[in-house]
Amino acid sequence: MSVLVFADSTEGKFKKSAFEVVSYAKKVAEQLGSNVVAITINANNNEELYTYGAEKILSVTNDALSTFNAKKYASVIEQAASSVGASVVVLDSSIDTLHTAPLLAVALDAGYASNVVELPSSTAPFTVKRKAFSNKGFSNTVIATDNKIIGVAKNSYGVHENAVSGSTESFDAAIADSGVTSEKLERVTGKVTIADAEVVVSAGRGLKGPENWGMVEELADVLGAATACSKPVSDLGWRPHGEHVGQTGKPVASNLYIAIGISGAIQHLAGINASKVKVVINTDPEAPFFKAADYGIVGDAFEVVPKLIEKLKAFKQAS
Amino acid sequence: MKILVCISHVPDTTSKINFTEGDTKFDTNGVQFVINPYDEFSLTRAMWFKEKQGASVTVVNVGNATTEPTLRKALAIGADGAIRVNTDATDGLSVAKQLAEVVKNGGYDLVLAGRESIDYNGGMVPGMLAALVDFNFVNGCVGMEVDGTSVTAVREIDGGNETLSTSLPLVIGGQKGIVEEKDLRIPNMRGIMMARKKPLNVVEPVSAEDATSIQSFEKPAPKGAVKLIDADNVDELINLLHNEAKVI
Ligand SMILES: Cc1cc2nc3c(=O)[nH]c(=O)nc-3n(C[C@H](O)[C@H](O)[C@H](O)COP(=O)(O)OP(=O)(O)OC[C@H]3O[C@@H](n4cnc5c(N)ncnc54)[C@H](O)[C@@H]3O)c2cc1C
Repeated sequence: MSVLVFADSTEGKFKKSAFEVVSYAKKVAEQLGSNVVAITINANNNEELYTYGAEKILSVTNDALSTFNAKKYASVIEQAASSVGASVVVLDSSIDTLHTAPLLAVALDAGYASNVVELPSSTAPFTVKRKAFSNKGFSNTVIATDNKIIGVAKNSYGVHENAVSGSTESFDAAIADSGVTSEKLERVTGKVTIADAEVVVSAGRGLKGPENWGMVEELADVLGAATACSKPVSDLGWRPHGEHVGQTGKPVASNLYIAIGISGAIQHLAGINASKVKVVINTDPEAPFFKAADYGIVGDAFEVVPKLIEKLKAFKQAS
Repeated sequence: MKILVCISHVPDTTSKINFTEGDTKFDTNGVQFVINPYDEFSLTRAMWFKEKQGASVTVVNVGNATTEPTLRKALAIGADGAIRVNTDATDGLSVAKQLAEVVKNGGYDLVLAGRESIDYNGGMVPGMLAALVDFNFVNGCVGMEVDGTSVTAVREIDGGNETLSTSLPLVIGGQKGIVEEKDLRIPNMRGIMMARKKPLNVVEPVSAEDATSIQSFEKPAPKGAVKLIDADNVDELINLLHNEAKVI
């Protein structure tokens, strides 16, 4: 009756979300009076997971899994769940995991709750709180099936140390045929991605044109942030589609979200509500974003942002 | 090519979200329902296949009779026929099981759905459906071409795109990029007139128990007022972000 957690990694290194889901799984296991088993795929430093409460690690090393494949990953996790008799599986909410989890749910005939933001409020019935209505509400959802899958929303539970002395064993999983082959990966390297970013600097139509994004990128640079934009900005082709955040774009769950020249339309806010601290810079004191923000400056981006960059550089140098 | 497009009937993106009956039900009062925006991208892509490569397009929704205007809108956009599976959609896995039955009975080659619905944001139905009918599956799809039974699909990954080769039969979870926003179709008068004559078949559900159920809803805690900082005093902003919010 272990709790199985999939600890995702890229190029052998655990993602921060892996530590978050292991921390979460550890608490669920305590609630159930059970233990945590982690399954890892081509990860290098499995022991890192002991710090967050993984007592046992099933480590899969296989070249056939060197690029992500949803069906193969789902099959490996399913085999791990069967082998340890896990009835609860905990996953993160990365794009890849969101591709994998529904396949796993069918394989395990499990109810799947995605976007879970808190520990189960009860384990009988098994009840979790999920985001709904694009962050405009929450649903307390009961998972009724014997097997249960929990997808933890990014940055919602946090990383908590809970060191245990664990053990790692290699796990031989049969690799399923998948019918889908990766041909080409195009990743912007050397840039912080929106999904992983602690800080996101985002700008809207208030910036007037793509030629003015230099200061947005510079501000992001100083803060080690990812850049993002509102929907019209990507529709106009000022910025790539991958940067469009909001209800129909990417969700953001960063610690800090800085919105420059963005009005704060309901569809934009829906995608960024999960960010912890929001700063808005806008010429219009009536812009709806001021109602959603924690800190605001009523002012012209073309004056405020360069000043902010200069002062932040000085601040970073001093600290 | 026989295409099935899954259509979720969701509150319009500007809807105010409220709950009734002791926070156990979504309050539909005054709420306008629309085709789920992600499904709209997929529906437009299906229309493109129909017009450029030849395909029949059927739309399907699992839901009660209140969803029919949404299906009629999809017919007005150009789908050839519609199916409504006559049961409330309350859980991802059971909805996927209903859709799987439709797919098996209809002999579809390609199922286009949206990456997630904007009401319950489950993001699970397309993948579950693919697994249930044993079709290939690509999620978060931002581009695709079909040549015979070979398919090239592009999906969004963190910080970029991945190009995949796969084949029919296939389920796609689509999003913006599979077509561009400017190419989305709005029903015209002729389409609306024609939609009235197109078949909207109501089929009864197969038995499939809900794997999950919603016990209650909550709204986010009300937010405190924004702290305004003078435009000439960005030092104060830095100070607050460092010492108060502790995010830099
Ligand atoms: C179905 C649907 C889905 C949608 N999904 C999304 C989504 O996912 N994401 C999204 O972002 N939008 C989405 N939208 C669009 C959304 O409704 C808004 O149109 C959009 O967010 C507005 O973008 P904006 O704030 O950049 O532009 P605008 O509305 O044009 O606002 C620009 C802002 O910049 C300010 N400004 C102007 N000049 C300056 C200056 N010099 N300095 C500082 N501020 C300045 C203005 O005061 C204004 O508030 C969706 C709409 C629909 C119908």
